[in-house]
Amino acid sequence: MLADSELRTLDLDASRALLTGRRATAVELVEAFQRFIPAADAEVHGYLALSPERALQQARRLDALVAAGQPLPPLAGLPMAIKDAISTRGVPTTCGSRILASYVPPYDATVVTRLEEAGALLLGKANCDEFAMGSSNENSAYGAVRNPHDLTRVPGGSSGGSAAVVAAGTAVAALGSDTGGSIRQPAAFCGVVGMMPSYGRVSRFGLIAFASSLDHIGPLARTVKDAAAVLQVIAGHDPLDATSAALPVPDYVAGLEAPITGLRVGVPREAFGAGLDADVERAVRAAIEDLARAGCEIVDVSLPHNNYAIATYYIIATAEASSNLARFDGVRYGYREPDSRTLAEMYRRTRDHGFGPEVKRRIMLGTYVLSAGYYDAFYRKALQARALLTEDYRKAFTQADVILTPTTPTPAFRLGEKTENPLEMYLADIYTVTADLVGIPGLSLPCGATPAGLPIGLQLLGRHFEEATLLRLAHRYERRRGAATAD
Amino acid sequence: MATTTSPLAAALTQFEPVIGLEVHVQLNTRSKAFCGCSTQFGTPPNSNTCPVCLGLPGALPVLNREAVLKAVQAALALQCQVGEVSIFARKNYFYPDLPKGYQISQFDRPLAEHGRLQLGDGKLIGITRVHMEEDAGKNMHEGFPDSVTTSYVDLNRSGVPLIEIVSEPDMRTPEEAHEYLTRLKEIMLYLDVSDCNMEEGSLRCDANVSVRRRGTEKLGTKAEIKNLNSFRFLQRALEYEIERQVAILKGGGRIRQETRLFNVAEGKTFPMRSKEQAHDYRYFPEPDLQPLVVSPAWQAEIAARLPELPQAKRQRLIATYGLSAYDAEVLTASQALADYFEAAVRHAALPAGGHAKAVANWIMGDLSAHLNRSGETFATTRVKPEHIAELVALIAGGKISGKIAKEVFEKMAASGHAPSAVVAESGVQQISDPAALDALIDAALAANPKQLEQYRGGKTALLAFFVGQVMKASRGQANPAVLNERLQAKLNG
Repeated sequence: MLADSELRTLDLDASRALLTGRRATAVELVEAFQRFIPAADAEVHGYLALSPERALQQARRLDALVAAGQPLPPLAGLPMAIKDAISTRGVPTTCGSRILASYVPPYDATVVTRLEEAGALLLGKANCDEFAMGSSNENSAYGAVRNPHDLTRVPGGSSGGSAAVVAAGTAVAALGSDTGGSIRQPAAFCGVVGMMPSYGRVSRFGLIAFASSLDHIGPLARTVKDAAAVLQVIAGHDPLDATSAALPVPDYVAGLEAPITGLRVGVPREAFGAGLDADVERAVRAAIEDLARAGCEIVDVSLPHNNYAIATYYIIATAEASSNLARFDGVRYGYREPDSRTLAEMYRRTRDHGFGPEVKRRIMLGTYVLSAGYYDAFYRKALQARALLTEDYRKAFTQADVILTPTTPTPAFRLGEKTENPLEMYLADIYTVTADLVGIPGLSLPCGATPAGLPIGLQLLGRHFEEATLLRLAHRYERRRGAATAD
Repeated sequence: MATTTSPLAAALTQFEPVIGLEVHVQLNTRSKAFCGCSTQFGTPPNSNTCPVCLGLPGALPVLNREAVLKAVQAALALQCQVGEVSIFARKNYFYPDLPKGYQISQFDRPLAEHGRLQLGDGKLIGITRVHMEEDAGKNMHEGFPDSVTTSYVDLNRSGVPLIEIVSEPDMRTPEEAHEYLTRLKEIMLYLDVSDCNMEEGSLRCDANVSVRRRGTEKLGTKAEIKNLNSFRFLQRALEYEIERQVAILKGGGRIRQETRLFNVAEGKTFPMRSKEQAHDYRYFPEPDLQPLVVSPAWQAEIAARLPELPQAKRQRLIATYGLSAYDAEVLTASQALADYFEAAVRHAALPAGGHAKAVANWIMGDLSAHLNRSGETFATTRVKPEHIAELVALIAGGKISGKIAKEVFEKMAASGHAPSAVVAESGVQQISDPAALDALIDAALAANPKQLEQYRGGKTALLAFFVGQVMKASRGQANPAVLNERLQAKLNG
């Protein structure tokens, strides 16, 4: 019998060891989590649905391999949660929206297929902001997620459920999606590792689109090594996603131990301006000093157009969203408002009642910026600003190998604190949105806590497809700090 | 027809129509534009569908290379400049047959631009652009028990690749528009990029039409006419619309820029409800697809492999075989027919280039009639090109008469045998041997002494009687020329 306390502190190596050492079968492991989750998740509300049959089926396959003395696949026995924005065949996938309340996908996202082939145990679907739009997970149609470190506070968003279940120990790792910071920001708020890979590194096939040119799937885990192991499995070209890159995937786990001496870590002077919480600044500066002691070269870099990032992001993301969310029209699947007299009325009422306020706000914004007469002033301008930001980073990466910033300007805020002011909520993504716009990889990992015990996140950004560098640096830093664990 | 003499003709004396066509051609690829589903027509509703063409959440498009190939072939055949980079864009609007709420199309950077198409009289019609897009599904409002209250959607067609070919406003009469569409269809069929079946919707046409006073340059306000799903409707709709616009202008009115639908039953165009045309499609680059790159090398490879197109083929047939323009036109109506003709005329049974007219006549006459009756095609018929060649050679060599040849043709069409075999089987070969004919003539003269006497007494019209007798005895196989000569010699000798 596995103790709850042991479940809470598992990592990939420990999970595998349970199986290979015959301390537990995979079926027992799944059953232990299924017993444990309902109570442990009751207040956090990180899960929207559990998928016991799917997990047990996979567990039986793994147990058969163990019994036959066969080698186990790389993620064998890793209990995972999947953000509910990612399609899972036969398991409800709501994307946090009422409009998809009844939707059960007939197919698996490519990442889900790859995880299962690699032996991961899919425990269930993680709560998220509706259509991944939000920075606090308060926009879920199925109720907010609470931060396991302080239940009065938000876990961040939009992958708030994914971060919270990993922090709470109700999953060992999770998949999230990041469009403007939605993996890294909740990872920072919840004190876990969150990695957004480069655009094109991981297939988006099956990820319910928010903003197609900005959406990334990535792992959340309690250690950099686990994040690397999950990324290893989900990365690589997918013929079903025309934007996925046909590039070889390096061995991320093997690369973790390479030296970091001489690595140039760029610190943008713009990152430490007004609005940055003092505790966050102190922790991040301490991390910089530690990396300097570890042999990194700390260099000053500038990202002069960073001020335009939030505006640029909210034009491009909402424009794409207004189009991506057009398919939720009540015609083929999901929610349809009954008793409409005309087609137009059915569309209007279905979308009015099916979508929450933030989603509708963004659809309207996006529709507006693409409209005749406004396209040039907004959408086209935003594309130009995006190009300037890309150029900023290209230049900065000639001086530095990695760029380091806080992940968020503040630690986790209180539930309800920013729901009345969308603009203030949008600023929670100030450090994260540019990486999405530029398409470069970003990683958040814990770098300390406030006196009240709220986690603080450190963000590392890298050149396109240089995830390995970020993982290596993060792994070394994590070692120096002592691996973050759920408590 | 009344329209050729009355209002239209009168209208055209003072006003000049200006017509441009937007033609959608469904590409006959095996699978859809952005997923692996079959494009087969007529399968049960929603059987050729998958997450991508159903627009399920999370599904992504992946471009079908065969569709690009066919689109580039079409663009090159229309003498367009194919851009090395073109961009897919989303055209956003809500409709139940459009599962994603947007159509993947191309907007400000289309596949190809600046082409032209030549009409029979040599006039060039400019092609503004050729772009790729995907088809929508089909709403089904009839045929279900609950059709009074409920509509259904069939998404089999959703995602089938299309090209849209937009012409310049270069046409000046409904006849020119009709011919443009005819030539366009012919080219698409030659390229085998589409079956161009208008009933099944694989060729669709919208027309932009305006009129202006003759002698003026400035274009009038145009109307866009939709729902032109046959060649005949295109012409009728244009005729009606031109009359309508001229009548308005003559009455001192103004033309409204609008979209109109052609009502087949009434033969008239009617404006669409303004709500239906108030679209702002909010085009923007499709983020799920990379820019489409057609490298110069690939383009050159495709250009090099283009088949001979109808216009070039007509000119070559005239030059090579001395055919009339009319014959060349008929024989190039389809690639299969032209290939058939050339296979026959080049066959070893015939001298090089010789007897082309005779071969053409057999193909356009007896063979076409046979295909019409039997429902066969030039590709499937059992009458092979070499059979036609052989048949013409048998006639030319005096082996059979033209009359017998018709019988031989019917027999070979029925059996699929070569004409020489048919001749051998039925013994219908022509008798040209003077000795053999002399024997038949002698027998005929001997059997009819009375008529012989009358002939020799001056009733020379009886020549035909003796010809008939010998023909009968030879079962029609006597060579008429030789028979005539020998018979006259005997009668007068």
